[in-house]
Amino acid sequence: MKKYVCDVCGYVYDPAVGDPDNGVAPGTAFEDIPDTWVCPECGAGKDSFSVQD
Amino acid sequence: MQDFFKAEKVADNVYWVGAVDWNVRNFHGYKTGRGSTYNAFLVIDEKVTLIDTVKAPFLHEMLARISSVIDPSKIDYIVSNHSEPDHSGALAMTIEAVKPEKVFASPMGEKALKAYYGDLGVTVVKTGESISLGKSAVSFVETKMLHWPDSMVTYLDSAKMLFSQDAFGMHLAGSRLWADEYDRSVLEHEARKYFANILNLQAAKVLDLLKALPTLNLDIRTVAPDHGPLWRRPEDIKWILDLYFDCATQAPRPYALVAYSTMWHSTEKLANTIADGIRSTGVEVKVADLAVNDRSAIMTDVAKAGAVAFGAPTMNNQMFPAMADVLTYVKGLRPQNKIGLAFGSFGWSGEGAKQIAAELTAMGIEQPVEPFFQVKYMPTEADLQKAFDCGVKLGQELLARIGK
Repeated sequence: MKKYVCDVCGYVYDPAVGDPDNGVAPGTAFEDIPDTWVCPECGAGKDSFSVQD
Repeated sequence: MQDFFKAEKVADNVYWVGAVDWNVRNFHGYKTGRGSTYNAFLVIDEKVTLIDTVKAPFLHEMLARISSVIDPSKIDYIVSNHSEPDHSGALAMTIEAVKPEKVFASPMGEKALKAYYGDLGVTVVKTGESISLGKSAVSFVETKMLHWPDSMVTYLDSAKMLFSQDAFGMHLAGSRLWADEYDRSVLEHEARKYFANILNLQAAKVLDLLKALPTLNLDIRTVAPDHGPLWRRPEDIKWILDLYFDCATQAPRPYALVAYSTMWHSTEKLANTIADGIRSTGVEVKVADLAVNDRSAIMTDVAKAGAVAFGAPTMNNQMFPAMADVLTYVKGLRPQNKIGLAFGSFGWSGEGAKQIAAELTAMGIEQPVEPFFQVKYMPTEADLQKAFDCGVKLGQELLARIGK
């Protein structure tokens, strides 16, 4: 599973870690996160993320 | 023509070379009733270093202050702690004027500066990196989202000085550099207002940073923010750190805000009556008409309050627009640990108070008294009694939650 980086603030979403504080369990692929989820660092939406090179 | 702006020494080989914006009253919508300063600092060493610049119209003032110490073309390094234009507005022009060897910014700072001003040839520095200036050295700590993605702070080892960028700052113009030269109640008001309007949304991160501060092993004797006075006495540094801890914790206080808009005084009557109900419980209360209280003043009181009542008329099936403005703004700043009440008046269909209630719910503000409370046209005596009772319940509920 690919890591995604927030274009706004540089936060990296690592599927292995997930975002448990905001209801995203470890092991969740970025594509499977609900569209209502926002960057836990800066509040940007999912569409502000790009695949990490 | 001779320039009369002078630098002011803040430590050995360190000078304040910023600008005072005495008459700014609207800072991107934040009402700056006491003006502001844009602080920039000059470090004289083998590598002459300028830390931050000023808002674009103040370039000349900054260069004049620098010139009172050294020829600006002798500047070797510029550090940009924060790319917001009140600190970077003069950066591109300064680079052009002094042609520094290097300009340093955080990784996100480099991107932001490029987006604002084009390629300035910025060198990226990361947390923990240290750059020698000769006898002294500067090191950097990124403070991402405090309050922008690019934010960082710079520590100068020789002076044991932390250039804290927007953190620990305030909008306060003055001819004194040091916080201990100002009235403490003014400092408290302006620092709390600054926190509420700039940092409140990242309060959890502020707490994390305050807790992590001792682990950074920085011996900090002076804190130099980019706005307002600098902190030099240990008791003052402790005072501002404690104030930040208090602001970030957002523990509810026995203080309530009743903010309202009104068209024909119906909602105003409810507001004043609710406030008197709150007052009768012993909770301090403030009433604010949005026609004469701007959003930054309202947010300052929201941050202070344990209970917030928002009321507005319905206009054309919507809540009165001034209320929508304030609620949008307050929501973005994510206040925590508040209870609330939505109220209002209407003539036709009455969506306003419901919309306010929905906004409060979206902010996570519990409304334990009423889902919403509104009256048609003009409140009757029975309506006013209910408004008073709502105020009493809100005050009592707040006291119960505080444990009083």
